[in-house]
Amino acid sequence: MKEGNKLKSQRLIQPIKHALLGIVMIFGLGCATEDTQTVVNFTQLTFADEFDVDGPPNPGKWVYDIGIGPGNDGWGNGELQYYTNRPENVVVSNGYLIITAIKENFETAGYTSARLLTKGKFDQQYGRFEARMRLPYGKGMWPAFWMLGANIDTNPWPFCGEIDIMENRGRTPSIVSGALHGPGYWGANPEGSNPALKEYDFVNDRVDTGFHVYGIEWGPQYINLYVDDVLYKQFTPEDEKVTGPWVFDQGPFFMLINLAIGGNFDGPPNNETVFPQTMLVDYVRVYKYNGLD
Amino acid sequence: MKNEKRIYSRLALFLGLIIVVAVGCERDYDFGDDAKFAKFGNNPEIFIDGFSGGLEYLPFGGSKFDAFSVDTDVKYKGEAAMRFDVPNAFDPSTTLGFAGAIFPDYGGRDLSGYDALTFWAKATKAETISEIGFGNDFGDSPYRESTSKFLVTKQNLRISTAWTKYIIPIPDPSKLFNETGMFWYAEGPDENGDGYTFWIDELQFEKLGTIAQPQPAIFNGEDETGVNLVGTERQISGTTQTFNLANGQNETVLAAPAYFDFNSSDTDVATVTDNGLIQAIAEGATEITATLGGVPAKGSLELTVGEFSFAPTPPARNAADVISIFSNAYNDVPVDFYNGFFEPFQTTTGGLITIGDDDLLQYEELNFVATGFSNPTVDATQMDFLHIDIRIDEAIDAGDIIRIELVDFGPDGVFGGDNDSGGSITLTSADLGSATWISLDFPLDDFNGPAGGGAFNGLTNRANVAQVVFASDATIDAILVDNIYFYR
Repeated sequence: MKEGNKLKSQRLIQPIKHALLGIVMIFGLGCATEDTQTVVNFTQLTFADEFDVDGPPNPGKWVYDIGIGPGNDGWGNGELQYYTNRPENVVVSNGYLIITAIKENFETAGYTSARLLTKGKFDQQYGRFEARMRLPYGKGMWPAFWMLGANIDTNPWPFCGEIDIMENRGRTPSIVSGALHGPGYWGANPEGSNPALKEYDFVNDRVDTGFHVYGIEWGPQYINLYVDDVLYKQFTPEDEKVTGPWVFDQGPFFMLINLAIGGNFDGPPNNETVFPQTMLVDYVRVYKYNGLD
Repeated sequence: MKNEKRIYSRLALFLGLIIVVAVGCERDYDFGDDAKFAKFGNNPEIFIDGFSGGLEYLPFGGSKFDAFSVDTDVKYKGEAAMRFDVPNAFDPSTTLGFAGAIFPDYGGRDLSGYDALTFWAKATKAETISEIGFGNDFGDSPYRESTSKFLVTKQNLRISTAWTKYIIPIPDPSKLFNETGMFWYAEGPDENGDGYTFWIDELQFEKLGTIAQPQPAIFNGEDETGVNLVGTERQISGTTQTFNLANGQNETVLAAPAYFDFNSSDTDVATVTDNGLIQAIAEGATEITATLGGVPAKGSLELTVGEFSFAPTPPARNAADVISIFSNAYNDVPVDFYNGFFEPFQTTTGGLITIGDDDLLQYEELNFVATGFSNPTVDATQMDFLHIDIRIDEAIDAGDIIRIELVDFGPDGVFGGDNDSGGSITLTSADLGSATWISLDFPLDDFNGPAGGGAFNGLTNRANVAQVVFASDATIDAILVDNIYFYR
């Protein structure tokens, strides 16, 4: 255990050194260098969707959640959209997966959007999971790239575990967050059972004006959260925000990408929220854990 | 490994310097197509702890000239802040009852690398600053053919008693490569007549990188319809730019028309100038639209241009029975101006136009506008009536008014001096009609209503009449005026 901790702190120090080198290089060349992704260590590809074929997303890789959730409660979060797999809401075009949130009356909802999952198609324990995305903007937008324990049908949430690689509130266009949900730290509730969440602030940039890489590197007893070339958080079982059992060493997880509207993360849209809104995904890539770091 | 990498990067740094120097040398001798000789400094600082280089302080005429001072006691950061003392009502140091100034750098600065004007501010009480922004140059910019061409105004900026950072986005930074208007403001007492003090610190242009999602608009985003007569003009109003800021809030500023690119679907019917002035050329219909920085603006105008109709020709009169201010039928007295452009509260544009052989006054974006004739003033004591012809081509709404004011400068013949008087007559919607000339004859004894923004309450003298004012309080946007004369 202690050995592991030592290793982990080394892991954190290393990227800082690399970052310093990066700064020197930038001063010298006056432009960004190739050597920016020093925060990642795993390079053996196990899954990739580059979204290069126009039309519906590859059915060999993605399935959909349809509707307003099994409890008719906005997927447990009070979300306002009806998820569909119509091309209006989800399509691959010009090299991007495009999820579009539309304000329209559809079935029982006032909005439509889409949620894609790799459930039953691809899951993996440990490794590097990243997506390059441009997010929508405006109050009530809740885009997310996240993961759930693949045994969720037999080991229900939150015991299956949830890793939020990236979530964004549309009203904070410069801030994203990553989070872990597990038993005892599953969600905001009166007992204060908050998820283990860490925010990242772009400060002089936004999520909706350009593409950014959102990812994790996940190994035994740790999950590193990064944005572009910045490693902004390492969660371990010892983290003060992980107020329950570590449920991330018990099997593979599958990925989800969705654009929710409203719900208890950012609240509902307001009269300034512009529709339709789009979430663009350039690629989703997964790499194998190599056991070295 | 790491050491090697470090050495490499040092080498890269060294090489980089050499390349930069080499390129720099080359530029000294290369006067190719890309060469720009008029280089402007890009100093972003307006007031950090004192005036930045080149900055001037020029208060508005009639404002409290000493409203601005440098405060070394109250400040957000550093050594000093800008302090603004908004006067109480009837403060004798301001004839127009407000504080306001521009802070230009007439050397010009290249602001194209920034995306917002930012500052920290607080006040002695929670208040709203009427107008604050940049791009105001009093018409003295050597690089602009029109006054305050790229004016930006944030209206009713809410400030509190706590230091807070404010962001006024630049509608299109690429336009501001030679801007002189660094900062301006105008603010009067509150509705109780109370003044207050506010402070501004760390005033500068910044590249925030978080000013995004532009939503420009003309005509305040409305799709309007309108009628203009051949030869007349119409100012495109309600030109705004809206950005989403890092705090998720949309921020809307008034952006001068020059930020926009205008389009007329039929340029044989009407054209639009860079400054958003529509000129009706020939009978027909056209749609006026705009873009800002390539983004289509919300709002449009379906314009119908009709044949010009002149005001009725005034009857022949003996010279002794008429004093004409503006008419082609009589000899006019000397007139100083047909639009006083009283900053900062007047919005009205326009003035004298000529169609065929006839002179007319055309005003747009009307709230109030004065025609001045004080050199000399007019002695109307022997006259009984004021005649005016007015034409309104927009639909008349229930709350619409036209107020006609006369201002007398008193025995001294100049504005001020406690001997001025003024009075008004107000026409309501029932008195007005659309798309027709309205001929009005007012007894001079009837000018008993308020005038001069409440400064006067009745025309008690008319031996030194010096101004006639048309006001709509922004209820009616555009009017044509002809044949202004006193008679008996």
